Amino acid sequence: MPKRTDIESIMVIGSGPIRIGQACEFDYSGSQACKALNEEGYKTILMNSNPATIMTDFDMADRTYIEPLSAEFATKVIEQERPDALLPTLGAQEGLNIASTLSEEGILEQHGVELIGAKADAIAKAENRTSFKQAMSNINVLYLKSKAVTEVEDALDVADEIGYPVVVRPAYTLGGSGGGSAFNPEELREIATRGISRSRINQVLIEESVEGWKEYELEVMRDPADNVVIICTVENMTPMGTHTGDSITCAPSQTLTDQEYQRMRDYSIDIIREIGVDTGGSNIQFAVNPENGRMIVVEMNPRVSRSSALASKATGFPIAKIAAKLAVGLTLDEIPNDITKETPASFEPTIDYTVVKAPRWPFDKLPGANRGLTTQMKSVGETMSIGRTFEEALQKAVRSLEIGRDGLGSDGNDLPVENVDMDRKLATPTPERVFYVKKALMQGYSVEEVSALTGIDSWFVSRIKSIVEVEEEIREHDSIEEMPKEMIRKAKRYGFSDKQLAHIMNSEESKVRHYRKDQDVESTFKAVDTCAAEFEAKTPYYYSTYEEEDETQQTDEDSIMILGSGPNRIGQGIEFDYCCVQCAYALEEEGYETIMVNSNPETVSTDYDTSDKLYFEPLTAEDILNIIDKEDPEGVIVQFGGQTPLNIAEELEEEDVKILGTSPKSIDMSEDRERFGAMIDNLDLRQPEGGTARSYEEALEVAGKIGYPVLVRPSYVLGGRGMEIVYGEEELESYIEEAIDVSPDKPILIDKFLEEAVEVEVDAVSDGKDVVLGGMMEHTEEAGVHSGDSACVFPPQSISDSAKEEMRRATEAMADELNVVGLMNIQFAVKNDKVYVLEVNPRASRTIPYLSKSTGVQLAKIATKVMTGKTLEELGFTEEVEVDHVSVKEAVFSFSNLPGVDTVLGPEMKATGEAMGIDSDFGKAYYKSQISAGMQLPERGNVFISVRNKDLRTVTLIASNLENLGFNIYATEGTGRKLKNMGVDVEIVPKVSDMERPNIVDLIKSEDIALIINTPVGKGAKSDEFEIRSTAASFGIPYITTLAGATAAVNAIKRMRKGTIRVKPIQEYEEEI
Amino acid sequence: MKAYLALEDGTVVEGDGFGAPGKAKGELVFETGMTGYVEALTDPSYNGQLLMLTYPLIGNYGVNSDDYQSEGIKAEALVIRDLCHNPSNWRSEKTLNQFLVDEGIPGIEDIDTRKLTRKARIHGTMKAVLYVGEEEKDEEELVKEAREQESIKDKENLVAEVCRGETERYEGDGDLEMVMIDCGYKENILKNSVKQGINVTTVPYDTPADQILDMDPDGVMVSNGPGNPALLDKTIETIENLMGETVLYGICLGNQLISLALGAETFKLKFGHRGINHPVKDLETGRVFISTQNHGFAVTEESLEEVGLEISQINLNDDTVEGVVHKDMPIKAVQYHPEAGPGPHDTYFFFDDLKKDLKNGI
Repeated sequence: MPKRTDIESIMVIGSGPIRIGQACEFDYSGSQACKALNEEGYKTILMNSNPATIMTDFDMADRTYIEPLSAEFATKVIEQERPDALLPTLGAQEGLNIASTLSEEGILEQHGVELIGAKADAIAKAENRTSFKQAMSNINVLYLKSKAVTEVEDALDVADEIGYPVVVRPAYTLGGSGGGSAFNPEELREIATRGISRSRINQVLIEESVEGWKEYELEVMRDPADNVVIICTVENMTPMGTHTGDSITCAPSQTLTDQEYQRMRDYSIDIIREIGVDTGGSNIQFAVNPENGRMIVVEMNPRVSRSSALASKATGFPIAKIAAKLAVGLTLDEIPNDITKETPASFEPTIDYTVVKAPRWPFDKLPGANRGLTTQMKSVGETMSIGRTFEEALQKAVRSLEIGRDGLGSDGNDLPVENVDMDRKLATPTPERVFYVKKALMQGYSVEEVSALTGIDSWFVSRIKSIVEVEEEIREHDSIEEMPKEMIRKAKRYGFSDKQLAHIMNSEESKVRHYRKDQDVESTFKAVDTCAAEFEAKTPYYYSTYEEEDETQQTDEDSIMILGSGPNRIGQGIEFDYCCVQCAYALEEEGYETIMVNSNPETVSTDYDTSDKLYFEPLTAEDILNIIDKEDPEGVIVQFGGQTPLNIAEELEEEDVKILGTSPKSIDMSEDRERFGAMIDNLDLRQPEGGTARSYEEALEVAGKIGYPVLVRPSYVLGGRGMEIVYGEEELESYIEEAIDVSPDKPILIDKFLEEAVEVEVDAVSDGKDVVLGGMMEHTEEAGVHSGDSACVFPPQSISDSAKEEMRRATEAMADELNVVGLMNIQFAVKNDKVYVLEVNPRASRTIPYLSKSTGVQLAKIATKVMTGKTLEELGFTEEVEVDHVSVKEAVFSFSNLPGVDTVLGPEMKATGEAMGIDSDFGKAYYKSQISAGMQLPERGNVFISVRNKDLRTVTLIASNLENLGFNIYATEGTGRKLKNMGVDVEIVPKVSDMERPNIVDLIKSEDIALIINTPVGKGAKSDEFEIRSTAASFGIPYITTLAGATAAVNAIKRMRKGTIRVKPIQEYEEEI
Repeated sequence: MKAYLALEDGTVVEGDGFGAPGKAKGELVFETGMTGYVEALTDPSYNGQLLMLTYPLIGNYGVNSDDYQSEGIKAEALVIRDLCHNPSNWRSEKTLNQFLVDEGIPGIEDIDTRKLTRKARIHGTMKAVLYVGEEEKDEEELVKEAREQESIKDKENLVAEVCRGETERYEGDGDLEMVMIDCGYKENILKNSVKQGINVTTVPYDTPADQILDMDPDGVMVSNGPGNPALLDKTIETIENLMGETVLYGICLGNQLISLALGAETFKLKFGHRGINHPVKDLETGRVFISTQNHGFAVTEESLEEVGLEISQINLNDDTVEGVVHKDMPIKAVQYHPEAGPGPHDTYFFFDDLKKDLKNGI
């Protein structure tokens, strides 16, 4: 069938900010879709509130709306653009939900917009548990016993019928959020209450538990001619009961016979037809009883998903791209297979390697969080690895995770097993369990025992057992030099890294590497080609393994290698992938052959379309050097992939690899406190007073000298880890006692904390001669809140011209001193118009994409070209851009997925993503940013205020403003009295500790509170505040923890009251600049 | 055990031996399915061939006799990257290694199978020898042996070796009667036919036409089987004599034999089609099916028109002929394996058509 000519313009909805369960895989899918639709000649209208995406780049769609993702705003876009069609299946749950609402409310019909890909009834059928269940019974596919309920009491009745344990699944939520397993009525009551409130339609499903069953996922595609193909099968290592996003998984399926697999395939085809997904991809999950093969369908997602991104990377079959083409009427046989070029897309990929996906959890940043893994997803990112065997792929996946592990254990970082209740460690799903599985096998547990305790299929356990056995063989040798070539090769074939070998052999990585190479044990690279070598691969997409034949082919062109940022995690998210992709585009413009290396399957950077060559590999020195041996690039770019490439930059340099742009030494200098301090003094700049302490006594002395509050942090970790603001001696003592082990070789750093200062962030680019600012951004949270957690505004709203000038001067001076070639990011604090330098990072920062979208300047591209030798003058970027509009970036958190985490903001970053609001003034832009971040600022209702003493004065103004706007003010005793004295009408509410009911938490639970303003007094899980915040988080009530944030919110509410808010594409903003 | 795999181009790879010690000779072919090793090993069409599986981890779900496509292993040897010794599946009866031991079939693992697959793709399928045992082997000697063996093109006994040899009747629960000419049929053809209610009588590949017609069948199925179809004079003659007398269906080798009987030609593909992911397009409906394929020979497209055969289906990867229908006579044949086992069930409708045509008769 030819593509449709009756539609000309298509609207695509992106997935918004990155949250747990909805990450950058949707940028990959959305970007692919936009490119595919453009390629077919359609006008594309894109809506996405996440500025850190490639899909929201200026040339990815014809009209790009960085606007809140809500039905209300989507309606505005539709009214303005009058698209012929809406493609809702590429923007995650968010996109589907909006499409459903628009359809239900008749907006699509009213404006003549056709839903393509999946019609509203198909979406409803798949998403609503009751109708899905009915659909499954229509086609004789087994489904879990279950019943949907909207009342907690009904939930209890249903559970009695089915029998405990039961699983609670809220309808229409992300990543299963709000759900869980209940083993008794008490648990069920709690989980059901939360689930019902979290569901968009206030409905939860009470379901038979299939914990312990084997879990599978199939990616299915259907075209308009009803041809259906399976793209990939995934088998989960952790059985049912743990969210698939929190399970190590592998592709293809391993323990299904062909008969069983074909039955699953038949079901999948029947399901996609019965649900009525017209075209595109769907993900279907199955559970299989390991005892007897009973196979039931668990759920279906009628859209692209995290798994479809994984399946695309795992097989080389670009699901989202093809889905977009099918949506406009093409059939699979009309679309060529990108990799082979000569065969069509109407086939089923077959692979000749094993793919392992491993989740990356955020617990390193969120110490309070409950680490137990359940049906509610907690991981924030993932890595994928490819090997010829499962053992090899698993070890590669683990070392890709950047959790300080160089493989599956025996790397010097093993968890202690003395006095550990191993049975219990095995029985509880946690991030560490896979390491305990290996440890248990080393201790002599049998495969069967481990399998029984963990519920992990014995196939996986016995594969880990092979790793243990090979390790035992390795240990039979006394040194690396005594290991015969065949032994080294075997170790490599089982995925052991040089670092692991070095650890086991008491040697050093570089020694192992050189000896290994002397012995001719070299990695070989094989192509990911969709067809197991049956046809020639024209697209160079490689993975490493230790085999005989290497398939890489080198060209005569000058090539440059870009190192990506690895798995998404808190502090290092999609922003860095955006920069890497921009870098590849820029290098292509400059005529270089680009080589991308990354291990994150969710990203645009690992789309084989993005660069000339793609290596899907761990970002370790060993793996990178292996590629460099083959490719011999002109240089390597380490500036864009966040901390990941920087961690290995010096190692690479030692091996004579040329690093382009700012030298790793300069980067290191900016992170070395003493040298940094010296530089600040030399340049006549200012930084907060500070000192280093090697003992508690020293710490007391330093803190006493500079005066409280102080910012304390350990010196050996960077990026805000273990950082805290301390207000007095007592707190300092407990910080040192509880959190940090201070010793002469592990000193802590103590800095004066600038209270009530405003933080300002600058991104600049330098060519080594000239320095131009990309922009200056003012944080709306006061100093002390991690920059990644703070909302910020461009251009600054409250900074004096003299302070701005001072910051410009400082930026130029530091760029010059550090010999920056490329990007640099500086954090300043401004207090009483004095400028302090807090931190300098001569590399791409989190704010680059946001700033680029706000200014129309592609900073990462310019920085890339500068690194290849172009001057800023040649590139025509000689002046800081001024704009008339305002854009606000707001941080987005995933607290509702992470029970136990204190939601108060501090120097440790907790955000998982960001959203942007852009408009003509601050109030409107801030308002949009808040909606986009999931904080629906109320227009009326009850506001609860509780602040610390020193904030009482300022909060009065905020409260009376709110009162004037018609809000009812509630407060706790202390705050309330003060407000009353100042003439605000306040209702006093008991604290939890007052033992009076209803207290404030009861009020929040009964949803009588629309907004919470709460500046924290102290920290700690037992406090009243903690309970207030976590209840608010789980009930999705907006709460603000700083006065600056509260002031901005009041402004936004005022602005919102004044009139209608309009939408405008960034292309129009760009024209105005 | 040691294992050496030698190819006619001089390549010798050394790996780990498993299964039964011994020597296997034949053509080295690759199959790309990620599941279905039991079905493939027991598929009689692999007679005369060393079966190399491109998926590296083989044996994961063990072996169970329900999945056999004939009574035992028909491939000459198994060539893989990694053998699983600890299978996991509730239906598993034994390990793959044990299966090969029991059947006296040698296997080689721990070698770069992708390299060999690429060789086959680039240079075409090659003759090969696999030695599995304790001895050190002279590599040149093995290469010589690989070279000197007969080409599969010329091997005359392949079908005779796998044909069950006796006439057997299998009851469906209907009154349609079909004779299947057994060139080494796969169990799934029988199962699918019987499931349609058809009573099937299998006869050896060299049964004369009058003997078949004496049984008064509603139609005849020419089965799949190994080797070069052009060497099967007797079967071709039988088919010639059946034409116009009864409904004729063919699968894989059967498709080639029917085409040859009508005067069309066959040729040897460079490296064949072996896998469970091949797209077949039905030219009449425009629909695309994912099919199981296992063939090294194919029907020459240009030779069909003159003999009254129309191309009904093609392979979308290389446009080769996948199905033919006769213009006037009730003759229908497909090159792929509609019966699956292993592979997708997209093409099960073939057996619905079979039932209809048997009913309608000639």
